[in-house]
Amino acid sequence: MSSPAAAPLDLLYSETEEELRTAVRSLLAARSAPAAVLARIEAGGPHDPELWRVLAAEIGTAGLLVPEKLGGQGAGHREAAVVLEELGRAAAPVPYLTSAVLATEILLGCESAESADLLRELAAGRSVCVPALPLTLAPGAPLPAPVRDSGGGSLGGSVGSVADAVCPDVLLVLADTGLYAVPADAAGVSRTPLVALDLTRPLAAVHLDGAAGTLLADPATARAAIAGALLSGAGLLASEQLGIAEWCLTETVAYLRTRHQFNRPLGSFQALKHRLARLWLDVASARAAARAAADALATGAADAPLTVAVAQAYCSGVAVRAAEECVQLHGGIGMTWEHPAHLYLKRAKADSLALGTAGHHRGLVADFAELPAP
Amino acid sequence: MTAAALTADHLRSRVRELLSAHPPATTARAEFLRARFDAGLAWVHYPEGLGGLGAPRSLQAVVDAELEAAGAPDNDPRRIGIGLGMAAPTILAYGTEEQKRRFLRPLWLGEEVWCQLFSEPGAGSDLAALGTRAVREGENESEGEGGGDWVVDGQKVWTSSAHTARWAILIARTDPALPKHQGITYFLCDMTAPGVEVRPLRQITGEAEFNEVFLTGVRIPDAHRLGEVGQGWAVARTTLMNERVSIGGMRIPREGGMIAPVAAAWRERPELRTHDLHGRLLELWVEAEVARLTGERLRQQLAQGQPGPEGSGMKLTFARLNQEISGLEVELLGEEGLLYEDWTLRRPEIVDFTGRDAGYRYLRAKGNSIEGGTSEILLNIVAERVLGLPAEPRDDKDLAWKDLAR
Repeated sequence: MSSPAAAPLDLLYSETEEELRTAVRSLLAARSAPAAVLARIEAGGPHDPELWRVLAAEIGTAGLLVPEKLGGQGAGHREAAVVLEELGRAAAPVPYLTSAVLATEILLGCESAESADLLRELAAGRSVCVPALPLTLAPGAPLPAPVRDSGGGSLGGSVGSVADAVCPDVLLVLADTGLYAVPADAAGVSRTPLVALDLTRPLAAVHLDGAAGTLLADPATARAAIAGALLSGAGLLASEQLGIAEWCLTETVAYLRTRHQFNRPLGSFQALKHRLARLWLDVASARAAARAAADALATGAADAPLTVAVAQAYCSGVAVRAAEECVQLHGGIGMTWEHPAHLYLKRAKADSLALGTAGHHRGLVADFAELPAP
Repeated sequence: MTAAALTADHLRSRVRELLSAHPPATTARAEFLRARFDAGLAWVHYPEGLGGLGAPRSLQAVVDAELEAAGAPDNDPRRIGIGLGMAAPTILAYGTEEQKRRFLRPLWLGEEVWCQLFSEPGAGSDLAALGTRAVREGENESEGEGGGDWVVDGQKVWTSSAHTARWAILIARTDPALPKHQGITYFLCDMTAPGVEVRPLRQITGEAEFNEVFLTGVRIPDAHRLGEVGQGWAVARTTLMNERVSIGGMRIPREGGMIAPVAAAWRERPELRTHDLHGRLLELWVEAEVARLTGERLRQQLAQGQPGPEGSGMKLTFARLNQEISGLEVELLGEEGLLYEDWTLRRPEIVDFTGRDAGYRYLRAKGNSIEGGTSEILLNIVAERVLGLPAEPRDDKDLAWKDLAR
């Protein structure tokens, strides 16, 4: 047996984590119910800056991964994972994964005075920062060609499918001369909104034409920081996927308990009961996998890359399956725009591409567990 | 000493006393086990005098760890698992004082092996439909006094250990005019009594782990009835609940269990690799790892005193994974997968997946989704008890057993 040994993991939720969950859940229930999300989408954009301000600044979730000396909560991946579970459960359109996880982890990896200043702004919820990288970029995959620095930090190039790029204050740009913080409203920066499959995580293409930014890290540091952020992001995305799957299962069970056909509750038909029982089993397993990834990231376990790859290889499929079952078992109503099931199906499917597909992560498992391809 | 005052430290000192009075190195196995039972360290949550101290059940782990570290002999729970896991807790809950004193000590010591006469050819998952009859002698006589032995006739099936068992827990129908869950009575059956016939039941593996048991005019004294006449289903539920508790509690390392041999073959024999098998192997490796983590999470919940409903699901997961992984392994082995280790009739005492060929694992794993509750029944249980979905309409609950279709 040559794959890395399993570290002892804490797979439960602490009291503090449950308190955090309660705070986030009640905020989302009050401010971001599925009907409200749909209404904002109709009105032209899903993001709700006031919701983000309360979530990020008042509850303090934006700084969970940021050390206290940089103005953060000094918590960790386990707590951030709980926030993501709740955001997934609500299909909440907030830039948490991009700003509070991916950009934050990149900045933490830069270890420069400039990145520390930005982290303070992020942790306080005063600024939203997103990496100008495609959402599909996966840990272990080659980084895309950097944008060109034509001298003196004058950046030129384009990046497609950048998540949450419609709302940030700052873009993190990987250029051939290093990583730059570029104000989103700087001269030479333009963003083209894309029509995204996932209505709750908007995408844009970012174009830079002689844009100026602040250098945060040299190319090698930048690449290492991005690699670490992608690992973290993939591991924590599993918790968002768990939250999506949980909502879909809970809603579907509730519906089948009350909906009558053939003079019986639909939930009394064995064919449907078995499908839901299997789905419950998948969700319970996804919880263990997602918790394992969060705990391994929090403790910096040696086998964290394997644990993250396992969680991603498993949880993205469970989220998609749960959302597909949710639509199917709701029957006609599940196909309608009014019912929120489609928000979850679209988020789940897009999430299954984000930060690496299940197939990509199984490839990583093959490497880490030494099960080579033919 | 009251149960509340019993601490881990107190139990450790009891273990030390036992070890110094009966050093494992110089004490015969049977003698040590008897001394352990009499010291109340067999199952610490049982009452004093019955192998326990009335201590919290969780302290058993403390005792087991201390004894294992000292190299003390164990009582071979794998061989006597049905007695320990199912007969003992039921006798403790429903037995008379006399029954507890008579049966629990030799059961724990492994001197008397137990088997379980529940399943019948005509009542598998629908266990309460059982038709084995127990008629009390004198029942039909004018006095109607009863008081005599019970006479049992019927057939049981899938009985592990029946060929080595000294005693059996048995459920039989004592009133066919009542609905099927009523009119059942629970007995302790002497497997050496005249009229008990055990025949090996050969399985698809070629082995005979199980038996058919034919009961013809078997006499059981009323003193060996467990619980009230007609209350056997309630007693059986205690047994079945304890059966579920004992499933899925084992801790396995990463890449432990059925995935281990197939991963090893993959690494050691590159000539067997194909792209299709690679994809399937990785999917199953991931699922096996997730199942391991799910079991670990369940154990952590139990340790915190907050048992989650995941326990109901672990058996389902392992049954499916064992079947898929062993099926993949046979395929991976190519020509070798066409071979089988041995078709001669054998009688294993325990089921052992390690050290056996892939073909055996593949065939034996088919039973994982049937034994101890079929996967279909367990899915119903999850749907109804965990998810709160309504039961399917049924019409057998109020009909007399004798009027049921069969």
